[in-house]
Amino acid sequence: MKPVQSMKLEIESRSVNEAFARAAVSAFAAQLDPTVEELADLRTAVSEAVTNCIVHAYRETVGRIYITASVYPDGMFSVKIRDKGCGIEDVVKAMEPLFTTLGGERAGLGFAVMESFSDSVRVRSAVGKGTVVTLYKRIRGRSDG
Amino acid sequence: MPVSFQKQRTKLIAALQGELDHHGAEEMRTEIDRRLRQDKPAALRLDFRRVTFMDSSGVGLVMGRYRLLRTWGGTLELSGMTGTVLRIMQLSGIDKIAAVLTEKGTKHETRSKHETGN
Repeated sequence: MKPVQSMKLEIESRSVNEAFARAAVSAFAAQLDPTVEELADLRTAVSEAVTNCIVHAYRETVGRIYITASVYPDGMFSVKIRDKGCGIEDVVKAMEPLFTTLGGERAGLGFAVMESFSDSVRVRSAVGKGTVVTLYKRIRGRSDG
Repeated sequence: MPVSFQKQRTKLIAALQGELDHHGAEEMRTEIDRRLRQDKPAALRLDFRRVTFMDSSGVGLVMGRYRLLRTWGGTLELSGMTGTVLRIMQLSGIDKIAAVLTEKGTKHETRSKHETGN
């Protein structure tokens, strides 16, 4: 299905941009008249994906993060978060709850939260090339009651 | 300041404020750890009442403070969690390492999935 419209955003992988990225996506989603809870879910899922780019993909470096948000005619909303970082060796393992390569201050719950807060999550990754995470969430909105 | 502290006998209460993402968590961690190492309290309470946003970085913050507290046998409790904050904490099974307090300050009864049906 072709999106009704979409927006693109390109940011540097600095932690200060996490808040900006989720706020920008949530402002774009506002046209679907989402509920407070739907917006909160979206912000949380986007925050996890962007954080992954910063702490994993570009670990000790600063790279660019490409975000595309799209609105579909059936009320589906998608957010694609792409990086050109290190890539994920084993996507299935990376998505297991509590699995983390960092330890310490990271809980290993990024993908678990993304899955819990969106309708579906698609991950494509190539080692040395980068990762694309696409979040899908149907926005039912406030008009439904 | 993203964290304000209060002492209740041997308990240190740290009230977190603002957005608890990966960026915010680092600032909060620095402040809390400085105070923890100085006081070595018997218990730490992290209060989430004034947290306006949280992702899984909040779980990492709790886990990291738990590890530090354990080095002198301190315990951890969490209060003021609602909405998304509570949902993420429940997803993480954090109640295995910390006491989850409800509004009145009593221990929260965490229901397992098979109990919620009726």
